[in-house]
Amino acid sequence: MSMAEDTNQKAGGSGRLAEYLTAHLREYGLLFALIAIMAFFQVVTSGTLLRPINLTNLLLQNSYIVIMALGMLIVIVAGHIDLSVGSVMGFVGALAAVMVVNWEVPIAVTMATCVVVGALIGGAQGYWVAYWKIPSFIVTLAGMLVFRGLSLWLLEGQSVGPFPREFQVIATGFVPDVLPGGEALKGVLGTRNFNVLACAIGIIAASWVVWSGLRKRAHNKAYGIEDEPRAFFVVRTAIIALALVFILYKLATFRGLPNVLLTMGVLTVVYAFITERTVLGRRIYALGGNEKAAKLSGIKTERLTFLAFVNMGILAAIAGLVFAARLNTATPKAGFALELDVIAAVFIGGASMSGGVGRIVGAVVGAFLMGVLNNGMSIMGIGIDYQQMIKGLVLLAAVIFDVYNKKKG
Amino acid sequence: MQDMLLDMRSITKTFPGVKALDNVSLQVKTGEIHAICGENGAGKSTLMKVLSGVYPAGSYDGEIHYDGALTEMRDIADSEARGIIIIHQELALVPLLSIAENLFLGNENARGGVIDWRDTNRRTEVLLRKVGLRDAPTTQVEKLGVGKQQLVEIAKALAKDVRLLILDEPTSALSESDSQKLLDLMLELKAQGMTQIIISHKLNEVRRVADSVTVIRDGQSVSSFDTSDGITEDRIVRDMVGRSMENRYPERTPEIGERIMRVADWSVYHPEHDDRQVIKDVGFDVRAGEVVGIAGLMGAGRTELAMSIFGRSWGQNISGTVEMHGQPADVSDVSRAIAAGLAYVPEDRKSLGLILDDSITRNITISNLPDVARGPVLNEHAEKRVAEKYRGDLGIRTPGVFQKVVNLSGGNQQKVVLSKWLFAGPEVLILDEPTRGIDVGAKYEIYGLINDLAAAGKGVVMISSEMPELLGMCDRIYVMNEGAFVGEMPASDASQERIMSLIVNN
Repeated sequence: MSMAEDTNQKAGGSGRLAEYLTAHLREYGLLFALIAIMAFFQVVTSGTLLRPINLTNLLLQNSYIVIMALGMLIVIVAGHIDLSVGSVMGFVGALAAVMVVNWEVPIAVTMATCVVVGALIGGAQGYWVAYWKIPSFIVTLAGMLVFRGLSLWLLEGQSVGPFPREFQVIATGFVPDVLPGGEALKGVLGTRNFNVLACAIGIIAASWVVWSGLRKRAHNKAYGIEDEPRAFFVVRTAIIALALVFILYKLATFRGLPNVLLTMGVLTVVYAFITERTVLGRRIYALGGNEKAAKLSGIKTERLTFLAFVNMGILAAIAGLVFAARLNTATPKAGFALELDVIAAVFIGGASMSGGVGRIVGAVVGAFLMGVLNNGMSIMGIGIDYQQMIKGLVLLAAVIFDVYNKKKG
Repeated sequence: MQDMLLDMRSITKTFPGVKALDNVSLQVKTGEIHAICGENGAGKSTLMKVLSGVYPAGSYDGEIHYDGALTEMRDIADSEARGIIIIHQELALVPLLSIAENLFLGNENARGGVIDWRDTNRRTEVLLRKVGLRDAPTTQVEKLGVGKQQLVEIAKALAKDVRLLILDEPTSALSESDSQKLLDLMLELKAQGMTQIIISHKLNEVRRVADSVTVIRDGQSVSSFDTSDGITEDRIVRDMVGRSMENRYPERTPEIGERIMRVADWSVYHPEHDDRQVIKDVGFDVRAGEVVGIAGLMGAGRTELAMSIFGRSWGQNISGTVEMHGQPADVSDVSRAIAAGLAYVPEDRKSLGLILDDSITRNITISNLPDVARGPVLNEHAEKRVAEKYRGDLGIRTPGVFQKVVNLSGGNQQKVVLSKWLFAGPEVLILDEPTRGIDVGAKYEIYGLINDLAAAGKGVVMISSEMPELLGMCDRIYVMNEGAFVGEMPASDASQERIMSLIVNN
């Protein structure tokens, strides 16, 4: 070992604040980049970005990317990639359309079937990757072509729709306001509408963020685990909590809490918990960090890889249902090139191509960062040509930042 | 007095927070072999990086006089142009290219961008002959053993008109006979007038080839002398570790109990060639509190034996039985082998033993996560308690248990691997080359830990290519050659000669 490496250890005590910031620059950077970009578009679009209706749209537009980014993060952490998710999403949407519209299968049965089909598709691809060690890039590239073709075949090249109202609700519906007082508050606040439930959930979520953050700090302190400096904790938690309250308040003044936001929120929390706090999650990171060492530690690496793809298939299916319901029709083009947005979101969120690194929260923020860019630039009337270029450069910049940081650290 | 080819004067190199080199001097005479000895982290590599321009002039204090003139290296290309070439521990060859392509990589024998292959191959052959290789220049490097690859590296240096050849731990990955060949080659090159620096832990090698020695400890040059002055190995060791090391193997009074593990009729075939039997009807047993050694040359099949027993991690068509406490044990995959009470500490700890970018804590708990979880949910505080316990028990030197293992020295990394396996609670530990690439001081600590394990009633199987280590540590030694056991003896009857003759005569 060289002395240079020793240095890292010995510098431990000095300049703790600065050092902590350097070590976690990526996480804070991402959060502040999102805020900065939102602030920028809020100003240049003269306030359109954060209008309740646009905010609702923004969430709906990006919901399927966020949902798939959850699965993609796990696949990428495990050291693989899935290029087929756009096609799989389109195929499942097509399947749903054919079942509901053409065959008039009940919606609940359709949804269950679609999720199972998603799992089977994921399994079919994961099988070759996990047990035959065929590079995931190739297996899922094949899957991308196959399922694109299958969608075309299933839809016979036509668009199928519209869906019945009960199906559309998946994507475009809102959670009904079960709490009283909406009418009264509407008058007080002078807004056209007020959904008390949405607002209450915002406050509850924010309180939970603060409470769980404090509790974790207290525990860490008791056990002598090094934690983020207090100033950072206060600022970060305050921003997140305020943002939650702010967004949910804005939504409350429009039509309330979109079903999709609820689905997305619950999935995000569940996946963040699984990846960061459970044995299963730790094993996935170990698998991605060093597959051979993980295997020799008794981890069933093949099965985990297989399951990562099954999970991806399920999430792609859910995204497919949401997407079809939102467009109210299934087209052979649905989901085209969407896998690239999903993968970009995960890498912008700080995951590493070589596996073992990345967080659910990062992937979600990464997805919204791309979403805000899309949305903001569209409002400004920037052409799709420039949009693509800018998004490409953002992705490159994020990864360069990672690599630079790693070299320096 | 002989001419000095290299004279590094009071080199001081500081990194933020630490002095890596403090007033180090190194003088190498023209035409000699100069050895640099020191523990890992003593500053040897940093010194070589200063010399080769990785740390360019201006980033350190002190002077480098090369070939009689004050020299400032700007970068590696600069030092190479002056004939200073380092062969690193990790070889820098492209495995899929041929020997000839590798030798002239970046230095192609081309006219107008078009490579003259005939001339390249001819020149390669000349160079290969110089280092004693007979392989065709078009052979893929991948197909050569590590020993030959090392020689190709040297040929590559010769292709560049080397004047000062620096070999960084050249034999650490080589077998005994390959090491001998390499050392012979060094002596031959010396006879042709080439100046060389060898960085090594292995004192017998140093004694064999070096004309003079510089010992570095904690970033300072401690001593420098000619080997002709009758310096003993003990003296060098004392200078390296800063204390005398009378006994290299800690004392232990074996208390050997019941038989824990018995392996019988173990046969394994090569994973890619199903007609090649790599392990041939091997049987052995391990008792509680016993340290059992497996001696043999590299390629004898010891690692393959260990890995095939440990959850069939190597090979195919495996047959034979493993018994634990007289009952047949299921070792058909790694998690079952762990459940049966086995642990395997691999030879290559960086690629097989550790997740380098993860913390010490995470590396230790990964072998037994359910023990630090309630149901499926991990308890980070329990994890930290476990890591702190092993940090204390095994003396892992680190600022904290959340430090990434990539930042630790070899000895401390090995302690993390050992901790990880102790946490899995095994009855028998198979240690594959447990002290490879670890400096003298840390080796002693690892030996102490092995003794502690035996004292705690565990069975230890120790695979090692260093025979003195086996003789010093084991109660009983099996000798392995070409996939079969060719002998077994209590350590009291064992000697290097006896083991070697068993290997040679079978």
